[in-house]
Amino acid sequence: MNAMTRGILFRTVFFLFFALFPAFAALAQSGPVVVRPGAPGQPTEVLAEGTRPRAVEVTAKDVEFMQGMIMHHAQAVEMTALIEERTDNADLRLLGARISQTQAAEIEQMKRWLAVRGFPAEMDMSSMGGDHSHHMGGHMMPGMLTKAQMDRLRRSKGKEFDRLFLEGMIQHHKGALVMVDDLFGTPGAGQDAELFNFATDIDTSQRGEIRIMREMLERSAGKKE
Amino acid sequence: MRKRTLILGAASLIAAFVIAGMAQNGTEKAPPLPAGMTGSNANDPRSNLKPGLFDAGEAASGIRHLALLKKPDAFQLGVDPTGPMMDKAMRALGIPSAEMIPVAQRMAFGGLAFANSDIAFQGNRLFLGNFYGINIYDISEPAKTKLLTSMVCPGGQGDVSVYGNLMFMSVEMPNGRLDCGDQGFPPTMPAPGQPPLPAASKDRFRGVRIFDISDISRPKQVGAVQTCRGSHTHTLVKAPQDKENVYIYVSGTSFVRPNEELAGCSDGTPDTNPDTARFRIDIIKVPLAAPQNSRVIASPRIFSDPATGKIDALTDAGSHDNKGRVEPTDQCHDITVFEEIGLAAGACAGNGILLDISNPAEPKRIDSVNDKNYAYWHSASFSNDGKKVLYTDEWGGGLGARCRENDPNVWGADAIFQLGADRKLKFASYYKMPAAQTESENCVAHNGSIVPVPGRDLKVQAWYQGGISIVDFTDAAKPVEVAYFDRGPLDPKMLILGGSWSAYWYNGNIYSSEIARGLDIFELVPTKFISQNEIDAAKTVRLSELNVQSQEQNRWPNKLVVAKAYLDQLERSRGLTTAEIAKYRKAILAAERSRKAGPLKALSAAASQKAASAADANDAARLAGIASVLGDPAF
Repeated sequence: MNAMTRGILFRTVFFLFFALFPAFAALAQSGPVVVRPGAPGQPTEVLAEGTRPRAVEVTAKDVEFMQGMIMHHAQAVEMTALIEERTDNADLRLLGARISQTQAAEIEQMKRWLAVRGFPAEMDMSSMGGDHSHHMGGHMMPGMLTKAQMDRLRRSKGKEFDRLFLEGMIQHHKGALVMVDDLFGTPGAGQDAELFNFATDIDTSQRGEIRIMREMLERSAGKKE
Repeated sequence: MRKRTLILGAASLIAAFVIAGMAQNGTEKAPPLPAGMTGSNANDPRSNLKPGLFDAGEAASGIRHLALLKKPDAFQLGVDPTGPMMDKAMRALGIPSAEMIPVAQRMAFGGLAFANSDIAFQGNRLFLGNFYGINIYDISEPAKTKLLTSMVCPGGQGDVSVYGNLMFMSVEMPNGRLDCGDQGFPPTMPAPGQPPLPAASKDRFRGVRIFDISDISRPKQVGAVQTCRGSHTHTLVKAPQDKENVYIYVSGTSFVRPNEELAGCSDGTPDTNPDTARFRIDIIKVPLAAPQNSRVIASPRIFSDPATGKIDALTDAGSHDNKGRVEPTDQCHDITVFEEIGLAAGACAGNGILLDISNPAEPKRIDSVNDKNYAYWHSASFSNDGKKVLYTDEWGGGLGARCRENDPNVWGADAIFQLGADRKLKFASYYKMPAAQTESENCVAHNGSIVPVPGRDLKVQAWYQGGISIVDFTDAAKPVEVAYFDRGPLDPKMLILGGSWSAYWYNGNIYSSEIARGLDIFELVPTKFISQNEIDAAKTVRLSELNVQSQEQNRWPNKLVVAKAYLDQLERSRGLTTAEIAKYRKAILAAERSRKAGPLKALSAAASQKAASAADANDAARLAGIASVLGDPAF
């Protein structure tokens, strides 16, 4: 092969390479592409073939929230169970039935969420540190009624019960809102899709119930005057 | 979809098959049917179809399934349900072994974080939202739809709109990051002796993302507008007099972020905090020439009472879900705008509302309704003439089984309202997909769009695992089902999150976002309820872009098939005699062959006359439509 033929060959290959380059490039791009954009103004990155998604980590706070909320909900159910023998107030009985039904179902959901992730439904008290005997009365979650408050509710009847129940349940529900705030206020927590939706719903529905209960309290206070 | 039962379904799905010895299954038994109410039809061919992920039984009428494109690998935890990837993914989620989950269900696992959501269209492209990002498909040959681009950008729900070279995306969850990273915000252990890092992060993103899609294979994020409650859904609004900007109505439904993360945000009830980020929507102005400068320009208090200034003035009047108790409406779930008539219909939790949007930057509430059978006002569609509004009730949030034999047919249903010249909504009737579904099928009214058959008001609609259904609401008082498609449940025993999120008509086909399975593509086929002419007439409407919540009036060309569709309807309604119909059809057939419009002129005049004296308003409109086509037919 002389210099001239080498030159022709070189030029031919060179020419072909550039002439066909767009076609090759198009071929290479014909399959679907997986990309991840950057922050606003930043370039978009092409991800490797076979990229799989990542599920967000479940954190200790997420687990604590669910375990704590089970405990919290359990007291609400316990409170509503007192209604039957203590008041004839039809509005309150209806409200109680609704709270009981909703929160009992939610307890089951929370237990399932924990179980499939390998966590127990009950909080591990030993991890709370120090002397934890005083936590055991079940009033470690925000808004939960103290033993004294629960005893007083148990002993009351009629209008007195209605008032104590509403005041107690408002306090109790407000505690749930604090717990949701605390969840979303903790770094890394509340990002699991199911947990996010669950906590969001608790916030919405309990806010609504607080308002309902406030109005019931105001109405009954108005009647007395 | 909204918050409440997402967890219910998703948790029960995961749980039910994992936990031996717990509940027998993950479903809830239907309570007895309330007195005086009617449930769903258990004898429908859609009831009790064979369960399965990709081999479920199917039932259809008037709808033919063309293709299912499974979710791309990048959007599911494990493609091979028996492979090591699956095990790894499970362990990442804290599940010790994939063995605990039946093989068939493993692919649907992790449902919500990778759920398909809403759809937008532009030209030959379909944009499928997902909690994990957006997938872009080429639909130039619908039956051979191809995936072009998988864009990873987590944050849920991934509600998507497109306008020109811009794509918009809703983000509401706290794992959303400005940089579209999939790591979320890992819990950070503070250094010894240091306080824990704050949860507030400038890298978090909740709001509306804006992408440049000039290069469809490389969507580039050009803007990101943060909002206090994130964006559950959003609606693109064009301003007729303002060609330089578009507007985005943002509906946020979740928690309010702290001021430390986004200045100006604060939570609370109106009595304690008049500046609360609840009880409002946010409006973003997008300068088309500089989308990076998009920002929130207003957060109108659309639930307020203008007389008293009270910002939480709207209540739900006590729906069946809260047993006669009123709750304040503090959010919209979705808003549908209809610029041609200057109105928007808001589906706002406890209320259906009507907004005057003649100035898109300043929507004004002009009417609101509630309904004792409604639990959660979810979405809205206008009829093509803007004289009716169809709202949906997402009773149970979308993950509950709400179409069981004992579930009332007025709960979790569409509610159809007349919209009079006085711009007031007047209730007419309910419509619910009629077939009884099993306890393992999440089912309730969800997203749909108008099918542009001239002369009729048809809507194709998603019902989650209740499949898709087309309802004719031409007569607002008597809606009837025209066509349907349904699959059996994902699982026989447990409720696994799945089914159609959105079912939309676009340029001749129906596309359905299947939450767990992928993207479904359908076409209409004629039955006694819908004719080939009507289907063909619907196909004459070609759009260059479709964002369903930004509704635009459909207009039909003067094609003869449009007149033929009207004739089929007049035959059905007996608005013309058999002899008259035969006369029109013969003349049209002759014109189709000769391509001469002349002989049709006389018939056009006759139809016009007939329209003037027609007893039925719908028939009058059809006759007027025939007159218009025959007067100046386009061949």
